[in-house]
Amino acid sequence: MSLVIGTQEWADAAMQELNSSQIYKEAAKNWEGDMYVIIEPDATFKHRIIGYFDLWHGDCRSASVVKDESEKSPQYTISGSYPIMKQLLEKKLDPVKAMITGKLKVKGNMGQIMRMPRAALEFTNCVSKVDAVFPE
Amino acid sequence: MWYFVCPEVVFGEDALSRLAELPGKSAFIVTDKNMVKLGLVDRVKEQLAQAEIVTDHVFDEVEPDPSLETVRKGSAMMRRSEPDWVVAVGGGSVMDAAKAMRVEYVRPDMPAEEINPFSLGLDLGSRCKLVCVSTTSGTGAEATWAIVLTDTQTETKLGLGSRDVLADIAIVDPALAASMPPQVTADTGMDVLTHGVEGFTSTFKNDISDGLCIRAIQLVFQYLPRAVANGDDMEAREKMHNAACIAGLGFGNSMAALAHSLGHALGTVFHIPHGRAVGLFLPYAIEFIGEGREELWAEIAYAIKQEVPDGSKAVPVLNRALRGLAGSIKQPLSIAEAGVPADQFDRAMSKLIDNAVADSQLVSTLRVPGEAETEKLFRYAYEGKSIDF
Ligand SMILES: [Fe+2]
Repeated sequence: MSLVIGTQEWADAAMQELNSSQIYKEAAKNWEGDMYVIIEPDATFKHRIIGYFDLWHGDCRSASVVKDESEKSPQYTISGSYPIMKQLLEKKLDPVKAMITGKLKVKGNMGQIMRMPRAALEFTNCVSKVDAVFPE
Repeated sequence: MWYFVCPEVVFGEDALSRLAELPGKSAFIVTDKNMVKLGLVDRVKEQLAQAEIVTDHVFDEVEPDPSLETVRKGSAMMRRSEPDWVVAVGGGSVMDAAKAMRVEYVRPDMPAEEINPFSLGLDLGSRCKLVCVSTTSGTGAEATWAIVLTDTQTETKLGLGSRDVLADIAIVDPALAASMPPQVTADTGMDVLTHGVEGFTSTFKNDISDGLCIRAIQLVFQYLPRAVANGDDMEAREKMHNAACIAGLGFGNSMAALAHSLGHALGTVFHIPHGRAVGLFLPYAIEFIGEGREELWAEIAYAIKQEVPDGSKAVPVLNRALRGLAGSIKQPLSIAEAGVPADQFDRAMSKLIDNAVADSQLVSTLRVPGEAETEKLFRYAYEGKSIDF
């Protein structure tokens, strides 16, 4: 059964996906820094979902869902509107292309991202592998 | 949605005279010592003088595989001279360094190593515009928004870039490429070929750049051997100079792929010229990616008039042609042939793997190798063995 995006079960499943992916482990081998993944609401989608992932050298050390951005102060934030996130999770949109065209907004230390662009790509790939649906 | 971006491209005989029409007051020239020695910088200055543009500042210290330190040095000089044009005169190293220097000059808040395609709005042009005068027929850097710099501390190549750093004007004048010695002509020509093939088959390939990539490949097959054999063959020179820019316009808007990742890694560790390194890996990368791009390999083979017999695969046909071309201009077909000693190669393996796996061009590669596969790719390419995994 599909999990619901924005629940702790979903965050747990994403963490498991990251920690069992050899590809992610290799691509993010030197990655240091936690991250928010924010799904912004729009006319058709009322929720604002904030996933928090603590990423360290190819491991995801914790994952949770927070209510308010001020709860944590991660080094990176990736955010996008609901339709964009939906396309990403359905693999209809390449995450790097989405970042280059500004559909996905990235904030944080760009020096690290440019040194290991595949870490961001494989992170998104892993999270989108979770069998999940958006909340009603 | 996707973008196709390009500078104003001025090409063909006498294209350099476009400089005589530039508006503005002062230009800062970025180049290397060889360009000064060959008199090319003087020719650029003469044209700028006709436009009454002052060229008091020439930074001629760009090295092959330019470092972050070189960029810092140049941008510090730029800040003191406050030019309204940066004029890059050279090959890919010079042009990439100039792109990065202009960023640091106009935007001191954006150090070169952070130049990225995700945070746009650098607005460089309102303060200082960029002209790239290309003197090699290779990287196509005059037409791309990519910047490759070397972090000498970590011995890694940084694949940076932003649409904002694109040159305003690209000058593709064959007379400026005429002084390339045969070895450089061959090395840089292999880069053009690799850009064409990878730009046509990357995961970012698109309708707008496809035709450019194919045309560049055709021009390389037709004219590169002639340009290498006889540097005075100005028709071949001009066609190769155009091909480099065309390939730049193509792959610059669709990215490169695996051969570039492997080539960057090898080139950085063993100081092999960029084009030679990526060209060496191209057939191996094609074999590794294989099936997933069968139709596209066949299209390339068709474009260079190589027939794929019914029931056969395109990869061996295409690779025979690629290796034939490379061999005809004395390019190495294996890492061993490139002169890398076996013991040094073994010692460098973990560095090679780390560099290749982290390389930005893997982002647009259809089949991405893991670490174990990357090691195998290097070992097969060392011995010249066909990829069978
Ligand atoms: Fe290249």
